Amino acid sequence: MSNTNANAGQPARLQLLRVLGPAHIWALGVGIVLVGEYMGWNFSVGKGGMIAGLVACWVAGLLYTCVAMIDSEVTSTVAAAGGQYAQAKHIVGPLMAFNVGLFLVMAYTMLEAGNAITIGFLLDTVAGLQGHSGLNQQPFIVLAIMFLAWLNYRGVLATLTFNLVITAIAFLAIITLFLVVQMGGSAVPLDFSAVTTDPMPYGWVGIIAALHFGLWFYLGIEGTCQAAEEVRSPARSLPYGTMAGIMTLLIAATMTWYVCSGLIPWEYLGQAGTPLFDAARVTGNSSLMVLLFVGTMFSTLASANGCINDASRAWFSMGRDRYLPIWFGAVHPVYRTPYRSIVFLVPIALIFALGAPLDQVVTFSILSGLLGYTFMTFNMVMFRNKWPLGSIKRGYVHPFHPLPTIVLLLLCGTAYFAVFLGYGTQLIAMTGFYIVASLWFHFRRYRYVRRGDQFTMPWPRPEGY
Amino acid sequence: MAYKPPKQSLGGQIFDVLTLLVLTVGALYIPLYLGLAGAAKTPAPIENPTWEALGQNANEQAQWAALGYTDPAAVNDMITARFDYSFSWSALIIMAVLVIGYFILVVRLSDKEYRDVIEERFGPKEE
Repeated sequence: MSNTNANAGQPARLQLLRVLGPAHIWALGVGIVLVGEYMGWNFSVGKGGMIAGLVACWVAGLLYTCVAMIDSEVTSTVAAAGGQYAQAKHIVGPLMAFNVGLFLVMAYTMLEAGNAITIGFLLDTVAGLQGHSGLNQQPFIVLAIMFLAWLNYRGVLATLTFNLVITAIAFLAIITLFLVVQMGGSAVPLDFSAVTTDPMPYGWVGIIAALHFGLWFYLGIEGTCQAAEEVRSPARSLPYGTMAGIMTLLIAATMTWYVCSGLIPWEYLGQAGTPLFDAARVTGNSSLMVLLFVGTMFSTLASANGCINDASRAWFSMGRDRYLPIWFGAVHPVYRTPYRSIVFLVPIALIFALGAPLDQVVTFSILSGLLGYTFMTFNMVMFRNKWPLGSIKRGYVHPFHPLPTIVLLLLCGTAYFAVFLGYGTQLIAMTGFYIVASLWFHFRRYRYVRRGDQFTMPWPRPEGY
Repeated sequence: MAYKPPKQSLGGQIFDVLTLLVLTVGALYIPLYLGLAGAAKTPAPIENPTWEALGQNANEQAQWAALGYTDPAAVNDMITARFDYSFSWSALIIMAVLVIGYFILVVRLSDKEYRDVIEERFGPKEE
């Protein structure tokens, strides 16, 4: 492929390499998200009980099916680095794009911080089991983030091939745990008596509240489209990889709920740091414990790895478009990676990984994701209105429009209420942050943006403009 | 004629990056650091706790034991802690106004900018 942009009258510019196939897209999506099965989802049980956790798992699955359907159509048509950011730029406008870029960076950087916290917590737990309690987690947190940032710095193909392997192992670990427990390989039997004796400890409001952390089962699947500029065939690979990813996650999420809810008392499960590893501990099977330890490590590493990949591409795209200082828009001359963006985001991840509790970091990530899904609803409507079917070539057209959009909007509204129940302060802090950042962009930063360069797709003029 | 943005100095670029950093840490991290944000889960421990009094059957007791808890007093707080989901309608309305208002603000200002982009890319709109 050509590595330079040979537009007449413009200096040659280094481009990202087109080296990825559908399996890499699956690995990027599932790799980021599979950690949601290994930690974080179980806080939904804490917010509403066992039944609420299962309902949240399936309702969130429906929400993400809508996200995947909508995203596949828009991304397969707007195939540019930055994913939803590039979509917002072409469909809604620069300020929306700036916000979407920040949603992506915040969602992925907080998720990366959450992953690092989990690695430290897991190592501390295992050290405690070996009789060495009180392990200092901080060096491991720092090491994990620094190592993965270095890997990303060195190149995207090696990074995502690494993800493909460790994601597959982490997924197989969940299936193995499920099968062994089903075949009676646990010393302690599955017990779902809480489903009948204490089915809804908070009543119906708990079912809604649980949706907050139910999103964690799947959060980040939309990250598949961040690599649009590095995929060999975006129109084929992006929808295929994303849909395969959501199906994988629905299966894994249901199995995870089943095993964990059956083996762990819900009051413990609702606040556990590493629920699948804890479930393996309860079985008393040391091979399973080792396997789920490896699975938890690999899933957190794969997720953090994908998060660095995605957050840095969103930051890079904003730098390239001058939404942020153009210094961030540089590509490494040898590795062809957005190396300055990768390095810059490391300290932000470290601040939150070293200084904030897991549920708070997870909530910030979920909130940024939720704002992004809300954007997708009106973005989809505007996309179809400005360029009706037939006016431009689409890689994929999702069925039943506007039903997925309406369902997604209703579920997003419910999820905001779910976050408000118990974590309202974070919701207000996060929204306030985006409001101030938006005003800063519109009244200060936008003056440095080249207007015409914000629309690069070979499309006709949008209807109504 | 195409809009020509001013060239930003290195100092200006650093200032902009610091602004975003301060905003991120100030708005998101400091409230956490000061304990102003967080979930309101409050334990309601019972006196003289036993596994039965805490509602744990024989299987659940075995599960607790496998997790390293053999004394019911050690999990009294964990089992009895609950979120308080009572809320004021005014707080809910404020939140709804904030979120909806945020999206309206962003879409309206974006549309203004978008019209500049389209006009520069495709030329003035034909009436």
